[in-house]
Amino acid sequence: MNLASISPILLLASLMVAATPILLAGIGELVTERAGVLNLGVEGMMITGAIFGFAIAVETQSATLGFIAAAIAGAALSLLFGLLTQYLLSNQVATGLALTLFGLGLSALLGQGYVGIKGVDVSKIHIPLLSDIPVAGPILFQHDLMVYVAILIVAVVWATLKFSRIGLILRAVGENHEAAHALGYKVIRIRLMAIAFGGACAGLGGAYLSLVRVPQWTEGMTAGAGWIALALVVFASWKPWRVLIGAYLFGGLTVLQLNLQAAGMKVPVEYLSMSPYLITILVLVIMSSGRGRAHLNAPAELGRSFHASS
Amino acid sequence: MNAKTLLACTALALGLAGGAMAQDKTKAGFIFVGPIGDGGWTFEHNEGRMAVEEHFGDKVETVYQESVPEGADAERAMTQMALGGADIIFTTSFGYMDPTINVAAKFPDVKFEHATGFKRADNVSTYSARFYEGRAVQGHIAGKMTKTNKVGYIGSYPIPEVIRGINSAYIHAKKVNPEIEFSVIWAYTWFDPAKEADAAKALIEQGADVILQHTDSTAPQAAAQEAGNVISFGQASDMAEYGPTPRVSSIIDNWSPYYIARVQAVMDGTWESMDTWDGIGPGMVKIGEISDAVPADVKAEAEALRDAIAAGDYHPFTGPLKKQDGSDWLADGEVADDGTLAGMNFYVEGLTGDIPQ
Repeated sequence: MNLASISPILLLASLMVAATPILLAGIGELVTERAGVLNLGVEGMMITGAIFGFAIAVETQSATLGFIAAAIAGAALSLLFGLLTQYLLSNQVATGLALTLFGLGLSALLGQGYVGIKGVDVSKIHIPLLSDIPVAGPILFQHDLMVYVAILIVAVVWATLKFSRIGLILRAVGENHEAAHALGYKVIRIRLMAIAFGGACAGLGGAYLSLVRVPQWTEGMTAGAGWIALALVVFASWKPWRVLIGAYLFGGLTVLQLNLQAAGMKVPVEYLSMSPYLITILVLVIMSSGRGRAHLNAPAELGRSFHASS
Repeated sequence: MNAKTLLACTALALGLAGGAMAQDKTKAGFIFVGPIGDGGWTFEHNEGRMAVEEHFGDKVETVYQESVPEGADAERAMTQMALGGADIIFTTSFGYMDPTINVAAKFPDVKFEHATGFKRADNVSTYSARFYEGRAVQGHIAGKMTKTNKVGYIGSYPIPEVIRGINSAYIHAKKVNPEIEFSVIWAYTWFDPAKEADAAKALIEQGADVILQHTDSTAPQAAAQEAGNVISFGQASDMAEYGPTPRVSSIIDNWSPYYIARVQAVMDGTWESMDTWDGIGPGMVKIGEISDAVPADVKAEAEALRDAIAAGDYHPFTGPLKKQDGSDWLADGEVADDGTLAGMNFYVEGLTGDIPQ
């Protein structure tokens, strides 16, 4: 074993990259759930974003356009979910699962012509001075733009939910939609906007996989990242900054297990491979038991349909 | 004769002709572990399938199913294909071994061909390529080219085929560079681009400047390219789009001649259960062009090694060789027998780490 060969700086830097897809999808789902909607279709929206982002980026040779297209595609797919659950009052769990299956199939169909094609270059930004700081520079300031956009989205979501009137209305809709309706807020419209935001973020997360992290298109390439993002929201007890912590914890474990293998650590590979999932389950159990339970604070109307006449 | 009868007769004649044609056609089925566009393993098997179509033209019909998981679902896919009238079915991944044997027992009239496995039956042949011959050439280039003396190796599953490759590459890298060290990551997948990319990155971050992969996607090539100063080798397919660097050479699987020969045997009624294990010599394994990023003398040595293996003058597993635990394996000048190679489950002396059991 040669643990000295693991460079903590590079490990932390690749942790931020590995965590970004689930961070984006997680923060989007957090907003959706705070509005009282449970959308289990994150995986489907992510993979749809992945193929749209990749296809548009390849056709236009612009990663920026690819990310924009991915966000639009994710939002469009989520609005399909919105239409079914908000206007036609279908069951949210079943519709969300259907959305995942639909997204996986749709992306495989659209992606036929894009398998094996090389992606576009996503340039890393180099901030003079900041990027050159020893240790902190390579960890924090030498990534592609999307890593920072993801953190920025978390900050904006946090500030909006905590301090702004919009955030207050969104939370009101999620905690008690009858009361919000009585006060004259358009519950359905607000929820649809939250759903679309969640879809756009999931699309961005998927595109980050196909454009930066891998970078190429492959059928089924999200490989369960959407489900991890869903667990992340519960793990974070619906608080934005905790989503960030959870995502980095998970990303860190994924990267660390590969690094430990490369360093020749004498732990059976199977344990290392399952460790990220194991720790996720462990944290969920601890958080939802005993004293931690009170802090779970799930939105009261999560998963319940709203109909004005009821 | 009125118009109606005429039409009926025409339809009948056409139907008969169609039926006769269908009987003439030999139907060959292929079960693939990844998508045909993976740019590696499955891509080359599909090239072989298309070569069969091109060679036989109208006399053959091929069907395939891609991304079939190794497990119970594989049995379903094979059964479906056999019921669909396939005369011969190629199952192209190690993990299909037991499903192939099970399904073959139910369809004694259908011929099965299982790639890289070791279980046969009256209607099940096995075939594989001696990839380790190509790994020897890669190991030689890796040993000469590395500056950090660290080689990163992305393994899929700890099965004999993969372990042979690691041993062969290591032996030949060590021969030209006694300082060489190998780091192996077991990805536990044949095809998961995100994981393969992460594994390559982890190896590069720990100082490896040569990446060898035994997984199917081009993601490690992309990771090597991004890192710069790292060389890699195409696996199963040429992966030439990543040349001249990072991809400096490759192992190409060439299944076409075998597939054509076996389909021909079915047509002629001469098909027999057999075990085929061909290497560079018969052309089942090809070494992709060694790019200009490799110095001319190293390139010449690598090509000489390739030719010696092809001619049968040199065997990549020639003694003296010891096992990892220090016990003797091959005496001076002795070459490994196929039985030991087929079931290889040990590292040779000098490799660090354990093979997961």
